[in-house]
Amino acid sequence: MRIAGQKLTGKLAAIYMTVILITIIMLLPFAWMLSASLKLSSEVFVFPIEWIPSNPQWQNYVDIWTKIPLALFIYNTSKLTIIVTLMQLFTSSFAAYAFAKLDFPYKNALFLGYIATIAMPWQVYMVPQFLLMREFGLNNTHLALICLQAFTAFGVFLMRQFYMSIPTELCEAARIDGMNEYQIWAKIMLPLSKPALSTLTIFTFVTTWNDFLGPMIYLTKTELKTIQIGLRMFISQYSAEYGLIMAASVVALIPVLIVFLSLQRFFVEGVASSGLKG
Amino acid sequence: MANSTIAAGDTPIVTRRRKVVSRRRRRVQDALVAYSFIAPNFLGFAVFTLGPILFAFVLAFMHWDGSNAMTFAGLDNFWRLFEDKAFIAAFWNTIIYTVVSVPATLACALGLAILLNQKILGRDFFRTAMFFPYVASLVAVAVVWNMIFNPEMGPVNMLLYTLGLDPKDMPGWAADRHWAMVTVILFGVWKSMGYFMVIYLAGLQGINSELYEAADLDGANAWQKFLYVTVPQLGPTTFFVTVMLTIQSFKVFDQIYMITQGGPGTSTLVLVYHIYNEAFVSWDLGYSSMIALVLFFLVLGITVIQFRRQKED
Repeated sequence: MRIAGQKLTGKLAAIYMTVILITIIMLLPFAWMLSASLKLSSEVFVFPIEWIPSNPQWQNYVDIWTKIPLALFIYNTSKLTIIVTLMQLFTSSFAAYAFAKLDFPYKNALFLGYIATIAMPWQVYMVPQFLLMREFGLNNTHLALICLQAFTAFGVFLMRQFYMSIPTELCEAARIDGMNEYQIWAKIMLPLSKPALSTLTIFTFVTTWNDFLGPMIYLTKTELKTIQIGLRMFISQYSAEYGLIMAASVVALIPVLIVFLSLQRFFVEGVASSGLKG
Repeated sequence: MANSTIAAGDTPIVTRRRKVVSRRRRRVQDALVAYSFIAPNFLGFAVFTLGPILFAFVLAFMHWDGSNAMTFAGLDNFWRLFEDKAFIAAFWNTIIYTVVSVPATLACALGLAILLNQKILGRDFFRTAMFFPYVASLVAVAVVWNMIFNPEMGPVNMLLYTLGLDPKDMPGWAADRHWAMVTVILFGVWKSMGYFMVIYLAGLQGINSELYEAADLDGANAWQKFLYVTVPQLGPTTFFVTVMLTIQSFKVFDQIYMITQGGPGTSTLVLVYHIYNEAFVSWDLGYSSMIALVLFFLVLGITVIQFRRQKED
């Protein structure tokens, strides 16, 4: 490789080696997880690591479904995530239309209210929010988590920025054609805002699916738990059953993996565009 | 704006009055329509976000355990901060976590982005692999992290042992007060660098390739091109990434809860963890809100810096 005149291939080889090495390091925890999920608890820590178990314990993947209500946790998480995402998309784009294209009293003051809270960490007001929800009798309900995540300033802001870039003449023309504002929103703005909607979908989906502290504060009943805190409960109950814990973790990752791989393009575009704004 | 139609045969005065009335009615109607667009989001937002935020500022000056009557505390909670050893530890740990993990994540993300901006085979696969830890469920990966870094049996220490490290000098990772913070930071960097790599990739693609051609003409080597073209051109991206990472680090909780539970002792206790403990373990709601205000002012400080900088640009 180091022959003179072949400098370029040498450089390229170095790049490949580095990239492959880093990728292996990044993915090693997942490989270890997968491998351990097919072992007996006593074999998990055997060193040197036997990456492909000689005696795979497929039984681990059967046992987890009876030892913890994993299916219920996945159902709860999916339910919450889908409802929150749909509500977020609807209410944000709906409000954003008014902020971007309509004139009304106190518009700036109201919008300022949203802007002022964008940078406010949820952790600052999570305790008062919990007290309020408890007052409403929403402690230990999924509704609490929905209320908590469905109306964000971030969503309104993101959608409004996108709507601002759509020419106002389009709305004017539609008004002359006799459309009312609701029709303009539904038939003109929504179809045009697919990129912003998909960015918002991805962000909301990932945040809600992976939320940890919210469900931990609000959901103490096993039958309500989401996959994250359900898995944590399982881990503390069966702390020595390494094989089972790893199998449950693998199962918990599968839905994310599927969603991520199928919507990857939007993920990357969404993240990239959030960076370009700065 | 909208023109009211004038019916033929109206006298001028009636027309004018009707015009005024209909214009006013029209304006009220327009406003109502606009409010109807905002209402679904705003009502939820006002009740579940704005309300609690205002309440947080009040609560910080109160004593309350959540069941008995609330009493006014004045500045009691504020003075308590300075005597609370756990708070002081949490404050400094948050700062240490931020000061170490922000540059580390930034450097890794930039390095990865430059590597994966090259035209190499399977580039998309590599990018996906780097990004995946970011979307992976935290609990699942944190538990693997704990096993891999298990001081007695974990593969990392086994590897160090085979490499000849004396078991006495072996890092105890999450169970060792000198290494616990390192363990948590390593996890944080590993989990989020892929995300910021994607932001950097977007930044790199925005650099005009003519700049590199000009540098080539001047005989610049790869390192010089990196230093004098890439780094300055990525300035705004780096600024954005730094701000985001800093705010994210101030708010760190999940991974610490999963990996070290703030321990051993208070060696990885951070602000959000302390807020959580004071509120949901001790039910000292007023004091927990005061700690939350400290977090608020830290984040506000960063936001103000960001805002000023954006104005300058």
